[in-house]
This record gives sequence, C-alpha cells and structure tokens, in this order.
Amino acid sequence: MRAYLPAYELQRPASLDEALRLLASAPGEWRPFAGGTDLMVLLEAGKLEHRKFFSIWHLDELRGIEETIEHITLGALTTYTELQSNETMRREFPMLCVAASETGAIAIQNRGTLGGNIANASPAADSPPALIVYGAELELVSARGARWIAYEGFHTAYKQMRMEPDELISRIRLPRASAGDNWKQYYRKVGTRKAQAISKICFAGAARLGDGQIEEARISMGSVAPTVVSCTKTASILRGRRVNKETIGAAQGEMKKEIVPIDDLRSTADYRLQVSLNLLEDFLLSLER
Amino acid sequence: MQTRFIGKPMPRKEGREKVTGRARYIDDITMPGMLFGATVRSPVPRGRIKEIRFDPQIPWDEFTIVTAQDVPGSNYVALIVNDQPYLADRLVNHAEEPVLLLAHTDKYLLEEARRAVRLEIEPLPPVFTLDESDEKKEIIWGEDNVFKSFLVEKGNVDDVWAGADFIVEGEYRTGAQEQLYIETNGVIAVANPEEGVTVWGSMQCPYYVHKALIKLFNLPEDKIRVVQTETGGGFGGKEEYPSMIAGHAALLAWKSGKPVKIIYDRAEDMAATTKRHPSRTRHRTAVTRDGRLLGMEIDFVVDGGAYATLSAVVLSRGTIHAAGPYNCPNVRIRSRAVATNVPPHGAFRGFGAPQSIFALERHMNKVARAVGLSPEEFRRRNFIREGETTATSQVIREAVDMQRLVERAFELSDYRDKQERFARENESARVKRGVGFASFMHGAGFTGSGEKYLQSIVGAEATPEGRVRILAANTEIGQGTNTIFAQIAAEALGLDFEQIEVAQPDTANVPNSGPTVASRTTMIVGKLVESAALSLRQTLQNSKLLADSYSPEDFSRACRDYLAKYGQLKSFSQYKQPAEIDWDDEKYRGDAYGAFAWAVYVAEVSVDTLTFEARVEDFVAVQEVGRVINPTMAAGQIEGGVAQGIGYTLFENVVWRGGRMINNQMTNYIIPTTADIPPIRVHFEEMPYEHGPGGAKGIGELPMDGAAPAILNAIENATGLELNQIPLMPEQLMEAFRGEHA
Ligand SMILES: Cc1cc2nc3c(=O)[nH]c(=O)nc-3n(C[C@H](O)[C@H](O)[C@H](O)COP(=O)(O)OP(=O)(O)OC[C@H]3O[C@@H](n4cnc5c(N)ncnc54)[C@H](O)[C@@H]3O)c2cc1C
Repeated sequence: MRAYLPAYELQRPASLDEALRLLASAPGEWRPFAGGTDLMVLLEAGKLEHRKFFSIWHLDELRGIEETIEHITLGALTTYTELQSNETMRREFPMLCVAASETGAIAIQNRGTLGGNIANASPAADSPPALIVYGAELELVSARGARWIAYEGFHTAYKQMRMEPDELISRIRLPRASAGDNWKQYYRKVGTRKAQAISKICFAGAARLGDGQIEEARISMGSVAPTVVSCTKTASILRGRRVNKETIGAAQGEMKKEIVPIDDLRSTADYRLQVSLNLLEDFLLSLER
Repeated sequence: MQTRFIGKPMPRKEGREKVTGRARYIDDITMPGMLFGATVRSPVPRGRIKEIRFDPQIPWDEFTIVTAQDVPGSNYVALIVNDQPYLADRLVNHAEEPVLLLAHTDKYLLEEARRAVRLEIEPLPPVFTLDESDEKKEIIWGEDNVFKSFLVEKGNVDDVWAGADFIVEGEYRTGAQEQLYIETNGVIAVANPEEGVTVWGSMQCPYYVHKALIKLFNLPEDKIRVVQTETGGGFGGKEEYPSMIAGHAALLAWKSGKPVKIIYDRAEDMAATTKRHPSRTRHRTAVTRDGRLLGMEIDFVVDGGAYATLSAVVLSRGTIHAAGPYNCPNVRIRSRAVATNVPPHGAFRGFGAPQSIFALERHMNKVARAVGLSPEEFRRRNFIREGETTATSQVIREAVDMQRLVERAFELSDYRDKQERFARENESARVKRGVGFASFMHGAGFTGSGEKYLQSIVGAEATPEGRVRILAANTEIGQGTNTIFAQIAAEALGLDFEQIEVAQPDTANVPNSGPTVASRTTMIVGKLVESAALSLRQTLQNSKLLADSYSPEDFSRACRDYLAKYGQLKSFSQYKQPAEIDWDDEKYRGDAYGAFAWAVYVAEVSVDTLTFEARVEDFVAVQEVGRVINPTMAAGQIEGGVAQGIGYTLFENVVWRGGRMINNQMTNYIIPTTADIPPIRVHFEEMPYEHGPGGAKGIGELPMDGAAPAILNAIENATGLELNQIPLMPEQLMEAFRGEHA
C-alpha cells in the first residue's frame, strides 16, 4: 500500500438525499465510492489524488433493473454479475453482457458497477462502446433535481464529462428499439489474453439491414482515442449501401479519420489502427454471414 | 520394482496447512516492537551520487536511516564476483539500485518518507542493450563489459565450411521475463552485536543468505542464522535476491536495535528484483546434402544487467545446452555475459537453457528447410544416441531414444494428420492453424564439478515421538520438496509416510545441502536423504535396538529406546561424485551433468489474422525423466513449466524505458490466465537412473525449455512466417505479416 491512509476520508451517507446534500455542500470536494474497483487500484499504488469520498454501495435507490415496453433501466450500481444474469439483457443487449463477462474476473464482476465504469471515464473501458451503440441515456441527480442526457457525447475529453461536481449518475436507460431482432450486433474486445485484460481495442457495432442494404449502422470504439468514440461518420456513410469491397474501403477511410490511436505501454498506434480497420471489415462481413 | 511410496501420488506434506490458510508466510509474522523497512532507490540508470536531500515535512528523527556508511562489514553481496553493493555509495549502476534504507513503526508514514528523500545524481552515459554493451559503446563494467565468457570446442569447426553442401545462418533473440511468484520478496531481521543476526524470510537458498550476511556484518558463521519461512513460489527469483533484502532488513535492525520487516509490494518486486536474462544467439551450421550435421558454430550472448550476480552460471548452462541433443562432430560455442545499466538479471527456471534452446530449435527448422527435409526427418538423422558425444564431448551413457519420444509425441498430438488438415484448411481460413515441435534435453544438478565443490550434506534425525526427521537446507517453495523427501525416506526405511518429518530449513539446525536450484533437489539431495535415512537405520541395527526385519512400530520404538539411552540420534550423508563423472573446468569439456532429462514437446497454435493474436490450442509434452517419484506433482511441474513457457513466448513483455521496467504491474505485464492455457497432455517415459533416488532424474526446469520453440515452429507452420524473437506479441506478428505481403 503506497498511499498515506490517514490522509483519506470515507463517509457513509444514510440515504441518497443525504449523499446529494453532502455533494451540494461543497461541490467537488466529495466524490462517490461505488464498488471501488477502480479507486482501490489507485489507492494501493499511491496514485489516488482525491482524498474525500462517500460510499454509495449501500444506497438501494441506485440499484435494480427495471423493464418497461420502451426501456430497460439499470441502477448505476448494477454490477457486471447482475447485468449478465438478467434474462432480458442477455436477449436484447448481448453486447453489454459480453462486455460484462469479459470485464475482470468474478470478484471484479461482483463488485464493479456500470456507473463506476462510466464515471471512471477510461478510454479503455469495455461497456461504453456497447452503451453508445445501444443509444444509452444517463440520469444525473443532484440536490437540484434530476435530468436525462444522451450518453453519446458525455465524455468530452480525456477524463472530462458533462456532469456537474454536485451530480451523481443514478440510472442508465437503454431504448429497447435500439436493439432487438432486426439488429445485427458485433462486439469484440482485443486484449491479448482472454480474461483479465485491459483492452488494446474494443469494438462495438450494430446494423439494421433491409433489402440487402444497410438501413442504419452504429459503431463505437474504445482505446483508440482519449475518450470512447462514437464513429458517427463511418456509420453514416454505410447507410443505404450493400456490403462489398467499395463499402468496406469507404468505411475504413472514414474510420481512419475518426480515431486517433496512440503508442503506449500496452500497444502501438499502428496496431490499434490496423486492427480497428480489420474489425470494421469483419463486422461488415458478419452482416452477410 | 515393487514400491510403496516411490511412483505414488502422495498428497503434499504441507498441503492442508496451505489450503486452510494456516501456513504462515513471512508477512503473517510479526514481532514485538517491530519496525517496517523501506528502500530508497536510484531513479537514474547510471551516475554519481552528489547529494541526498530530506524533505523537512517528515519527522526524520523518528526514523532509522541507513546508508553505505553504516555497513559494519563489507558492502557487497557475497556471491561469485563481489561487485554488487548492498547500498550504492558513490556510483549507481542501474535504476532501482538501493541507495538508502528507512525504518519506522508506521508503514504509511514510511511510504511518505520514502518519497520525500531526493537523490541528486549526476548522470553518466548508460548502456541499455546487449548489443550496445557487446559493441563496447561505453565501458560500464570492468575492462570490456564482459562478466564471463566461455569457449566450448569439439573437433575442428574451421575445417567443415569448405566441404559443406549447405551453410545455414540465423540470429535469434529472447526477452526478459519476470518470475512472478505469488508471494513477493519479504524478510524479518533481528540483529544486534550480542546475539548476532537472525533473518526469517521467503527464499530458496538459506545458505546463500547466510554466506552473504557473514561478510556484510563481518561476524562468525555461528552468529548468523537464516530461517526459511513458508515460501510462495520462487522460480529462481528467490535464489540470489533474498541475500539483498535480508541484508537490508538486518542493517536496519542492527542500527535501530529492533526487529525490522521488509516486504516488497508487487510494483517494487517487479521493478527492482531479478528477471530472466535477455539473449541473442547466432548460429552458423554446416550440413551435408543428405541432412547430416557437419559443424555448428554458435555465438551466445546474455544481458546480465548491472552486476555479475549469477550471470556466469546462467551463461554456463545456456552454453552447454546450446547445441542440444544432436550428434555433431565439430562444434564451437562462444558465449559471454555482458553488462548493461538495468537491474541485474538473475536465476530463472531453466537458467540460460531456455534461451539457447529456443535459438537452436528454431534454427534446426531453418536448416531442415534449407536441406529440403521435414523438421522431424532432419532431426531424426542427427539425434544423439548412446555412446555418442554432446558438444562438451560428454559420452552419453544412457539408452536415450529421442526418435521414440518424437513418435510418441506425434501420436499423442495427431501431429501428422493435423499438419495435413491445417495445410488444406488454412488456404481460405481467417484463423490459421499449425503444429510444431521442439526436441531438447536438460541437465540435472550443478554443472560439471559444481556438485563436487558443493559437498552437500543431509541429515536424518530420530525424534522423541519415534519419527524420522530429515535435516536439509533445501526449501519447499511449492514444488514438493517436503513430500518427495518423505516419500524417498519412507520407501528406504519401510516406514509409513506420516513417520517422516521434514525440518524447517534453519541454518542453526540443518546442514548445508546446497541451494534449491538447478533441478538438483530430488536427484542429488534426494539421494542423500535416502542414504542418511539408511545410515540412521544402520546405527539402530548396530546398537541391537532394531532387528533386520521390523515393522514401522518396531522402528519407532527403537528410535525412542535409542534416545532414552544415548540422548540423540542423527546421521549424515555427504555427496560423493559418481566415479565416472569427469569434467575439465578449464577447457569446458567432459561430463557436464550426471544425467539429462530428454523431451519432445508439440504445440498446436491458431493465429487470428484479424487481431494477429496467436494462441496455443493444444500441447503435448513427452519426456524421459528417469523414475517419476510423485506422478501428480511431476505432471504439475510439467504443466506449470509449459504454462510459464507459453507466457514467455506470447504474453510476457517487459517494457523498458530508460533502463526501467515501466509495466511493473500485473495489469500491464500480462501473463496467461487459465483461459489462455490449452490442455497440456503430459506423458512420461521412465528409465530409472542409477544414481538418482529410486531412479529419479531432475525435472524442475526441463518444461521451461520446450514451449517457446515449439510454439514458434507451429506459427511458422500456420503462417509461413519465420519468426525468431520472443516474446512474440501481436504487434510484431502484424509487422511480420505486412513484411510478407509487402
Ligand atoms: C482486476 C481488475 C480488472 C478490471 N477489468 C476491467 C475490464 O476488463 N474492463 C473494464 O472496463 N474495466 C475493468 N476494470 C475497472 C473497473 O472494475 C470498472 O471500471 C468498474 O466498472 C468500476 O466500477 P466501480 O463501482 O468499482 O467504481 P469505483 O472504483 O467505485 O469508482 C470509479 C470512479 O467512478 C466514480 N463513480 C462511481 N460511481 C459513480 C456514480 N454513480 N456517479 C458518479 N460517479 C461515480 C468514482 O468517484 C470514481 O471516480 C478492472 C478493475 C480491476 C481491479
């Protein structure tokens, strides 16, 4: 343990209201501590700069999975284990379930939360690409009230989010129309080893076909830019096209402009770009399979 | 031969304690008044220490602070060449080199303090790679950067080139590898002028630590005591390094007058302690048209890091194994271990052999191709046989049959069918498949006269409960020492397994039976266990307390009677080299090892052309290891070694920047998980070895040798790509594919 523990504080508010009041009392001073699977790693390494936290793990208001005709709504504290064991999720949102099953190992899946994965804002996180493709929305709450925003565009720059210092993510909502039978879905995490890997590239894509043509496509990628990216231009040039060599080439040309992979200690820009293009091709070919 | 324990899957002696969490590792132990110790390390790879500054925010008067000036004896880690200081004095030669030690009761404050020490170091030009060192870009050690060199000569290789039908050259490289034992390095020390120095800790070789502390404190032998606590893995990583951390804790204890515990966290353990030596091997081989080896010229270089540590011995083993299990009349092997400004590389399972065997077994495929033979047919024509000689001119006196191992391995792996099927299917497949193999040998025990100089001693002692306790310095580090020793002794004495105890290695209580390294514990030390046990029985029988034929109860009674009458019963046995072993240390010629284990490993791989990820899909490991003493543990050794070999080949990439490992976390230094390991099918051929206990040879390191070349040979079979460097990461595989299609 490289952190100086006496310098840290951890509170346990009795309710969501109390938590929000604490947040509002000094915006930016207190931060939520959910499953702790990101925070504890930083603490252990002596790299957790923020010092004051409050636990939200016990706040039932932030838990649970609800289904309506239009939406599936997940509490921010939904764990990867809960996600994967939900029947509807498995049927309609398989990419998110695969992402969950490939996140960490069982201990992490029992403890890590979807809200934490989003708010940790790592460009290498594995659920965000799937969330973007599914057109997810976030509910942000504060003592001032609650609001829904689209998840796409939530991450504005490395570790920057459209969330005020007094806000929390309370729920994540997935429109059921964005998935389902007429959508073909493709998710692939590339991490060199099969489990317990941080993504070198994470690809999520979905497309709806009609008459042998792509009616609509959505693509999002992780680990290829300072934030998870939504490849909107790549997706939009696919509209109305058939899958063939030209389409693949055109889409790859767009993708090159939309992602900005880098060299780091896990991989190279070159590899990330090449594999991204390969996965795009494979995604498009999979629409025909 | 009918046996009761040899060849039986006896359960681990300490297994119950371990799985129930009762086993006490060093970090489970605490002592009254104990302080925690930390190490301040150099941030630069090479330079002159100008000043040490202490941030005034920290209450320094509460701390024990130790620098080179506080060393009571000699400031070096006594090993082979005494060049490595415990604490850098004026010069630093690698990043992470220890400069100053701190101790305090509050481990959190200690950590703050460690970060509050500023080392002002004037940088000197560093050398980071083996090539730069070999080219003497800068002289950083001795006169020529060379820690050690060897020359092995057999026949006259200079005469073969002119008459060769083919001359095949190749260059092969291997990277560093982290041992990644589960338990990080840790010790507790108590030290003061009255009682001397006592150290408890996680280690492989208590007597190495003992020897090093004698010099560090300039104290007599009996004032130094070293005790091994339950140890969570070593793989060579706890061979020489514990002498360093033990010395540090002892220096802090000496100065503070209190017990001091130092436990490295994973990040420190990975960044600062030893790793496998990176290597470069160049081969030049002369062959005839019909595929017979005429001559081999091999140049083998390992990167030793900043200090000599065990590089000479690692180099030796790598050198001797460099020409493999082939019969070649003319061989020259030149090798050297060179210095670089990175933390010293050290012992790691296989000890140089995995490096040179990787090169050889890749090269043999290349030579086969040049001649137009399949890899197996080319090898078949050159395998060494009984009566023929190795590169060091050692006459093989065992009935070795490598070809039979090949056939067995091919049969078990369906090699030929797969090769044919994959060749057909790969045409159109996105995921390419392939099979490949490696054939190799590994010598057990110390090299050459090593065992003769060691003169290991093992004791057997009768306990008041009427049991026999084995006294040896060889450590249980997860590999099964306790169990094997108990099996050997119980078998020799005709006792029950439970009647044998194995003493905790403690230099105050056990004789020096040598280090727990070099696949020697079962074969060499196990034999001494057998003879010490037999001589204890002899004493009982001579004293007429035990009849010629007896039951286990009779034996216990005899022990108790003996103790009642004479007080104690201990008997010792010392190593005697078998008469036929003949080794010339000057010429590096003769019987390098008492025995070799022989093996053929087959890997099946898949290569995904979308992601350039290679995976091992199936693995067959066939080996001849003498008599297997415990089949469960022996298979475990092989499986573990193969898994570690798969990591070495496809996953484990030490990322260096400025002479430091920057991916010193398990998140970014990736080792394979169980999901990445294929079924490993282990098959033993057993040919009892006359000088091993129950006929056993050593096997601990063998499985580390074969995976890497077998996997790269399989990748070559799958893709046609000739890849000669490990680790082979997807990024490099991508580049290789591009080169091919450019
Ligand atoms: C061994 C291991 C393996 C891992 N593997 C993966 C992997 O494969 N893929 C992957 O994507 N991640 C992985 N992770 C990272 C981590 O598990 C996930 O990001 C997880 O979802 C984080 O959730 P948490 O609840 O534990 O977050 P915490 O650590 O509690 O918090 C993370 C951040 O989010 C903030 N936060 C948490 N909840 C909220 C909220 N409701 N509103 C606002 N802010 C909030 C916190 O303040 C903090 O800044 C791994 C971690 C470990 C230790």
